[in-house]
Amino acid sequence: MEWLRSALLPPQGSEWAKEIDVAYMAILWLSIVMFLGLMIAMVWFAWRYRYVPGRVTPHQTHNTQLEIFWSVVPLLLCVGLFFWGIDGYMKFAVAPAESMEVQITAKKWLWQFEFPDGTRAVNELHIPVNKAVHLVMTSEDVLHDFFVPDMRVKRDIVPGRYTEFWFTPTMLGEHVSTCAEYCGKGHSDMRAKVFVDTQEKFDDWMATGGDEWMKHPPEEWGKIQWDQKGCATCHTIDGSKSKGPSWKGIFGKMEKLKGGATVVVDENYLRESMMQPQAKVVDGFDPIMPTFQGLLRENEIRGLVAFIKSLQ
Amino acid sequence: MEHTLTAGSVTGDRPRPAINYLNAEKGIWSWMTTVDHKRIGIMYLVAVSTAFLIGGIFALLVRLALLNPQHTLFGKVWVTAEAYNRFFTLHGAVMVFLFIIPSVPASLANFVLPMMLGAKDVAFPRINLMSFYLWCGGAVLAISSMILGAVDTGWTFYTPYSTTTDGAVGLMTMAAFILGFSSIFTGLNFIATVHKLRAPGMGWFDMPLFVWGIYATAIIQILATPVLAITLVLLLIERVFQIGIFDSRIGGDPVLFQHFFWFYSHPAVYIMIVPGMAIISEMIPTFCRKTMFGYRAIAYSSVSLALLSFIVWGHHMFVAGESDLANVIFSALTFLVAIPSGVKMFNWLSTMYKGNISFETPMLYVLSFLFLFAIGGLTGLFFSTLSVDIHLTDTYFVVAHFHYVMMGGTVIAFLGGIHYWWPKMTGRMYKESWSQIGCLLVFIGFNMTFGSQFIMGGQGMPRRYFNYLDQFQPIHAFSTYGSWVLGAGLFLTAINLLASLKMGELAPDNPWGGTTLEWQSSSPPITHNFDEQPVLEHEPYDYRHRTVTHV
Amino acid sequence: MSTSTVDVHPDPHGHGGEHAHDPHQQHHFTTMEQQFDTSKIGMWLFLATEVLTFGGLFAGFGLMQNQYPREFVEAHEQLQRLPGAANTVVLLVSSFTMVMAVLAARTNQAAKTARYLWLTVGCAGIFMCIKAYEYTHKFEEGLLPGIFYHHHGDLIAGSHGYATFFSFYFMMTGLHGLHVLIGMGLLSWLAIRAKRGEFSDKYYTPVDLIGLFWHLVDLVWIYLFPLYYLIS
Repeated sequence: MEWLRSALLPPQGSEWAKEIDVAYMAILWLSIVMFLGLMIAMVWFAWRYRYVPGRVTPHQTHNTQLEIFWSVVPLLLCVGLFFWGIDGYMKFAVAPAESMEVQITAKKWLWQFEFPDGTRAVNELHIPVNKAVHLVMTSEDVLHDFFVPDMRVKRDIVPGRYTEFWFTPTMLGEHVSTCAEYCGKGHSDMRAKVFVDTQEKFDDWMATGGDEWMKHPPEEWGKIQWDQKGCATCHTIDGSKSKGPSWKGIFGKMEKLKGGATVVVDENYLRESMMQPQAKVVDGFDPIMPTFQGLLRENEIRGLVAFIKSLQ
Repeated sequence: MEHTLTAGSVTGDRPRPAINYLNAEKGIWSWMTTVDHKRIGIMYLVAVSTAFLIGGIFALLVRLALLNPQHTLFGKVWVTAEAYNRFFTLHGAVMVFLFIIPSVPASLANFVLPMMLGAKDVAFPRINLMSFYLWCGGAVLAISSMILGAVDTGWTFYTPYSTTTDGAVGLMTMAAFILGFSSIFTGLNFIATVHKLRAPGMGWFDMPLFVWGIYATAIIQILATPVLAITLVLLLIERVFQIGIFDSRIGGDPVLFQHFFWFYSHPAVYIMIVPGMAIISEMIPTFCRKTMFGYRAIAYSSVSLALLSFIVWGHHMFVAGESDLANVIFSALTFLVAIPSGVKMFNWLSTMYKGNISFETPMLYVLSFLFLFAIGGLTGLFFSTLSVDIHLTDTYFVVAHFHYVMMGGTVIAFLGGIHYWWPKMTGRMYKESWSQIGCLLVFIGFNMTFGSQFIMGGQGMPRRYFNYLDQFQPIHAFSTYGSWVLGAGLFLTAINLLASLKMGELAPDNPWGGTTLEWQSSSPPITHNFDEQPVLEHEPYDYRHRTVTHV
Repeated sequence: MSTSTVDVHPDPHGHGGEHAHDPHQQHHFTTMEQQFDTSKIGMWLFLATEVLTFGGLFAGFGLMQNQYPREFVEAHEQLQRLPGAANTVVLLVSSFTMVMAVLAARTNQAAKTARYLWLTVGCAGIFMCIKAYEYTHKFEEGLLPGIFYHHHGDLIAGSHGYATFFSFYFMMTGLHGLHVLIGMGLLSWLAIRAKRGEFSDKYYTPVDLIGLFWHLVDLVWIYLFPLYYLIS
């Protein structure tokens, strides 16, 4: 039977897939049996009762018992299928507490994935095998739908609200995801790769912060971090004073510190300020900057440094 | 093989009247101002057949574009994604609104239903004509839309894509709006006709089952179509005035549109299939020469389908982000609506049991219908099962499912009905051998085109896709070849029917030995249908004491 | 098969002899009563579709009210209750005059029928005038549908709720007003026919049917008025 299942359905990439495939195959067999029953009857009757001149046909108007039988039995079969479908559905209705949340933002015509620590990737989703993943999704423009055939994952993505789905991937390797709600010209090009990695490989990937950083020159990537990691809350880039020193023109500058010492603002000083902000506080400012130890990756730090350098 | 019925009135021997509804009044103006239900039925038949041709051409273009993932023909790329998106949208919109919704009720039922009741016309003949002109108006708007930028939203017009895309969306929604009123007035006419214009002696349970089916359909037309009308108005107003009802950028809810839309469009699919089933219920007793098994069950199942059709719309939205409770309820109700269709299948087969069956073209279409609708109906079970629906919805599996029920069901039944009542409507017999070949080509081509799509869908091929993964190319190619066989079969069928108008043998009043009242009129009928008011003498489909002899 | 001419209808449209019937009776009906009953069914079915059409709009309004409760309450205040109430009274009076018109038609009082019909038209005209006055006020205040909304002084600035409210207001009262106008046309036509003595106890179907239509128009307003003007 597995040969039939694997011919008709994609590989089983998740727990959910296994659940669905059993139901699918059951319905398939039920349908085949019913279909054969109906068609064999039809062909048999067509042949056995083919036209013979003069033959009188019996006047059979109804048979109450038979009609009740063939109303009730299909109804019971349907009730059975209903509960089967509900069972599978409800089992996967609520994401487990320990699932890893991945935010998906869909827009014409690409997928943006974001992890709890801020790691982002475009059109590429990495997830660790055998760990539950909870997708929380929204769209920036029109309806989309995140569909991963191998995982049997599918949920519409609606602009203006969040929709969600969760699953546990069980199959290592690369899987395809597609958009399954028509969204215009690029609908059939809107594909993302879903990589199910071992825990080590996944951690590796997370450490380098996804792949998006590779798509930007370092200064641009640094500006994105300034905007998204919270730096902009305290540091301006136009020279105006805020809760922290403005970044405009500080690279290479001789800065006066609290307590009288001075320091040249170079790469090392910038890095130290991010990791141990209280170490050398600039005079005139309060020591309120939080540490970014563990919150910024190498490529992000490099990006910020490059960005600050560019703000002459 | 010829049949002459020699029971009841001796219609087989009656001389054919020289004046009938076709030649009683001549000239195009007499047709344009006619209130004769038969002429209106013929005009509708021509109209919906033209729409079917247009919709079919778009279908062939869709399949052609998908022949290979590079979209090349003889090495040259001939189509873009934008064009493709318009092809599939126009295919759907034309087929749904211009063809299939009016098809059986407006053409065949218009012609046959009053006669089956022993009536001279429908209740409101002038409104009947108005319905036709509303269809024409809708057609003009739809064609204008196609010329002035067309539509690329899919026939379902989901927001916010449909409220923000450019193209002639307004014209197409107005076309559908007008066509909706055409449908409403057709339904209104039939309900009144069935209630008040039955022949003396014809109670509700003496009516032919075709009438029951059309009556049930008319109930849906009256109750569901106004909701479509208002949905389209709201969509149009959202596009123009941006009221913020369906477009999330201005505070609206896109899922609300889906609710409004499917509240009509699910009952609409029963407007499509119930008349098809009604035709099957007519043809089976005739060609099996046996009374219909389970008459009441079939009658009640038609009405219960009509009523149940209103409470299952949510099954189109299982992945739309609705609550689990809503999904569970709609799944349960959807299983319920499967039962009446199943009951009909069993009753039809039971009628064949111990029948005396001949296989002229209409009966071949019946066999095709039973085969194809069984597949279409059974594949519906995959979608009512909530967990499985999640994988299969929005894939080619659902495209295959609905083509099996709409085309394998309704269109096959429609073609069968056209062949069944052709002698009555035109007074001519078509060439049986060619119509059988046409039926066979349609059957084979259809299964090639759509059977393969079940496999693609299960494997994860999404619908409305211009580009696709290479792994799907063999199945896509096979499906496209199937579409050519299907097209050839339909073309052959049409040519054969049209040729009969000039070259066909003159038809007797009752070539098939049918028991319903329309066969008691001449072929073609006189304008007033019957010489004298028919009075019902027997229960429906009574084949006792009837002998059918060869000529 | 041989063919011969068959004479089916001697004296077609002569309406004499055994083919005699009321000139208003259409050929596919056997009695006037059957025709009247059928026409009534037709009108009721049409009214059912009207109920569903307006029903869809009521449902849409309800859902939007749920979405923007505060904006809708505030927007309600912009509607003028006095003209709204006056319009309600006017339509109720017009339903009364309509009933009287049907009664007069059924009792062979041609002049009275025409008079009551014209009174009904008059009431409808008053309704439209009051409506025009209300609409003018809305235009002046910038209380317009959708993107045309430009009223100042809303409490929740920038919210779409107000524009949505007035979109529905104009759609529903506009659609209703369109029905009133169509009704005025139909009733005028009836009044002219009544004056000519076309209606009697044997045939008053058009008066009866259009009366049904008019009552629905009134009924829709009976629901519209409290929904828009009175709820707070």
